[in-house]
Amino acid sequence: MRNPQLNAQGALQHLLSIEGLPRNVLTQILDTADSFVGVTEREVKKVPLLRGKSVFNLFFEPSTRTRTTFEIAAKRLSADGINLNLAASSQTKGESLLDTVANLSAMQADVFVVRHAASGAPYLIANHVKPHEHVVNAGDGRHAHPTQGLLDLYTIRHYKKDFTQLTVAIVGDILHSRVARSLIHGLTTLGTPEVRVIGPQTLIPTGVSSLGVKVFHDMKKGLAGADVIVMLRLQNERMRGALLPSAQEFNKHYGLSAEKLALAASDAIVMHPGPMNRGVEIDSGVADGPHSVILPQVTFGIAVRMAVMSIIAGN
Amino acid sequence: MKTLIQGARLIDPASGRDRVGDLLIDGVRIAAVDDAARGVKADHIIDARGLIAAPGLIDISARLREPGFEYKATLASEMDAAVAGGITSLACPPDTDPVLDEPGLVDMLRRRAKALERARVYPIGALTVKLAGERLTEMAELAETGCVAFSHANVPLADLQIMWRAMQYAATFGLPLWLRAEDRDLARGGVAHDGEVATRLGLPGIPAFAETIALSGLIELARATGVRLHVCRLSTAGGVELIRRAKAEQLPISCDVAIHHVHLSEMDLGFFDAHCRFGPPLRAARDRDALRAGLADGTVDLICSDHTPVDEDEKLMPFSEASAGATGLELLLPLTLKWAQETNTPLVKALAKLTSEPARVLGVKSGRLDVGTPADLVLFDADARRTIHAATLKSQGKNTPFMGYELGGVVRRTMVAGRTVYESA
Repeated sequence: MRNPQLNAQGALQHLLSIEGLPRNVLTQILDTADSFVGVTEREVKKVPLLRGKSVFNLFFEPSTRTRTTFEIAAKRLSADGINLNLAASSQTKGESLLDTVANLSAMQADVFVVRHAASGAPYLIANHVKPHEHVVNAGDGRHAHPTQGLLDLYTIRHYKKDFTQLTVAIVGDILHSRVARSLIHGLTTLGTPEVRVIGPQTLIPTGVSSLGVKVFHDMKKGLAGADVIVMLRLQNERMRGALLPSAQEFNKHYGLSAEKLALAASDAIVMHPGPMNRGVEIDSGVADGPHSVILPQVTFGIAVRMAVMSIIAGN
Repeated sequence: MKTLIQGARLIDPASGRDRVGDLLIDGVRIAAVDDAARGVKADHIIDARGLIAAPGLIDISARLREPGFEYKATLASEMDAAVAGGITSLACPPDTDPVLDEPGLVDMLRRRAKALERARVYPIGALTVKLAGERLTEMAELAETGCVAFSHANVPLADLQIMWRAMQYAATFGLPLWLRAEDRDLARGGVAHDGEVATRLGLPGIPAFAETIALSGLIELARATGVRLHVCRLSTAGGVELIRRAKAEQLPISCDVAIHHVHLSEMDLGFFDAHCRFGPPLRAARDRDALRAGLADGTVDLICSDHTPVDEDEKLMPFSEASAGATGLELLLPLTLKWAQETNTPLVKALAKLTSEPARVLGVKSGRLDVGTPADLVLFDADARRTIHAATLKSQGKNTPFMGYELGGVVRRTMVAGRTVYESA
């Protein structure tokens, strides 16, 4: 089975998942992003790489942050960006996903940035678009959020340089997290020797060690010596019911406090995909402290999304 | 009117016969087999040299989609598909719209099927009214109208109090129950086997113990009530083991597996292939191996198609939103032959899973090549191969993960009650 995101030449046609992407493609994206970090600091923050191209943001699930960064990235590449808030329109009218895409395709799209609540939805779209159209997965169900994974990789590379010496700990709701899955695939592809996932059994998916990670239920043990700590957002709806008894109990055992952070390497960096629940998965002192690289992540996110779109659809 | 089938390799799993010979049909029944048929004068002779003649296949789970879902398939299209697949008898689950919970509906379905003069159709009655899991149907009367068994189709019946009563009531009248084993709550929200692939794809999982926990409950209730229980669509290694133990205890229990579970596993989901969405889900390779071992040692009694024609649009959706199921009537024989070949299972043993065994579970006289039994036959070429294409499938459902497969086993003729209902070059 051919990886649907690569074309016959092995170049990136769509970005659907980090899984299955070869190391050289990941490195190409990160290197390209490097060249765009400068652009975002210039006075004229634009390059003409996507001039005349249309980027359609198809968000079937509400999002402010990711959508905005894609919008900015498209603008800085000189593309025409069109935002569609589909969570509120066609889907409720009963139009099928593929019909919606076919309609937008008729409006001359070049890139579809897709977020959907169902895992795999961007694959379905990628299988049905025209050859010149590209799909970028902006988050599908629990499956993948590859641009977030790439910006996490970019951030780690920026601060730690070499993946092959690192211990990375990902903490919290792994079960529902597309961010965790994408980052795990990226880290293992780039040769990270130790990737740990930390959480209560209810939030660790079955057979996750097959992805090449070590599972820890005791956060203190899991953080020992970690160079990178990635805290995941805990959705509100998970904090009641059968997965977790309360936010307080979660915070006590799996929230990142200064005390727990002290168990990690002395130069550890702390990341979070946002938006944060302060006092739940991360304490304010840590989020705003010297180890935190949470805000630079956002800045890098724009450069990474520019890199992805320019590689798949650039002139 | 006498018809002589000449020179076929006669395979009769019920008697273990597997040799080249003749078979005489007189009217609607088999009149003589092998030596007794040699040189007999007949009105009509069928040259079957190079072909296998076996009892017509019996598929105990085929959705014909009538009444209610004619946009997915019609009785006529699916009956064409059945006989093209060599199937001469089939049982259809009650999850139609309206569900088969009233004698009038069952009677109408049987009449409509009979009028088409193709395969024999045996309706399975709903266990509870509207499959709502609350009120028992009039099982005794439904049985008189022609229901061969009672089931809850794929709809979970979670209330064990009602399940217990349903089994007691069915046992009272000697009626068999055909039930899926899946705990409603453990399976809630799940769309794929809870394992490595679902974790990787981010699909909500259905754990294997959703089957074994429910199955343990069904076996306990069957033991307590004495009901004849047939467990439908076994999918896990643990499930096979539970059935094995129940059979060792001599409980009146049988079970089946759907043909796709014999071949596929969670690995086949690939990149979210909605054609691999099934209920129960495709499970781990070790589960599939256990199902195969169960078929070999007789723990798993039979194979069915679990034929579920689905409208194309219902598969062109993200995996978790797509409808479950596959078209199967025309694939049941070739895929069973494929399994036999892969496992070196003798044909006479493999075909038992499609003929004598389902006949026993269904309680019908067909499914064997015996003097006096109904002349329901399939003649097929085991060596000829055919590629599965949407265009060549007669079923209105074109949904199958086996599309494009080249499979051995081409049906040349299907006969029901001595009459040819399908023929191909």
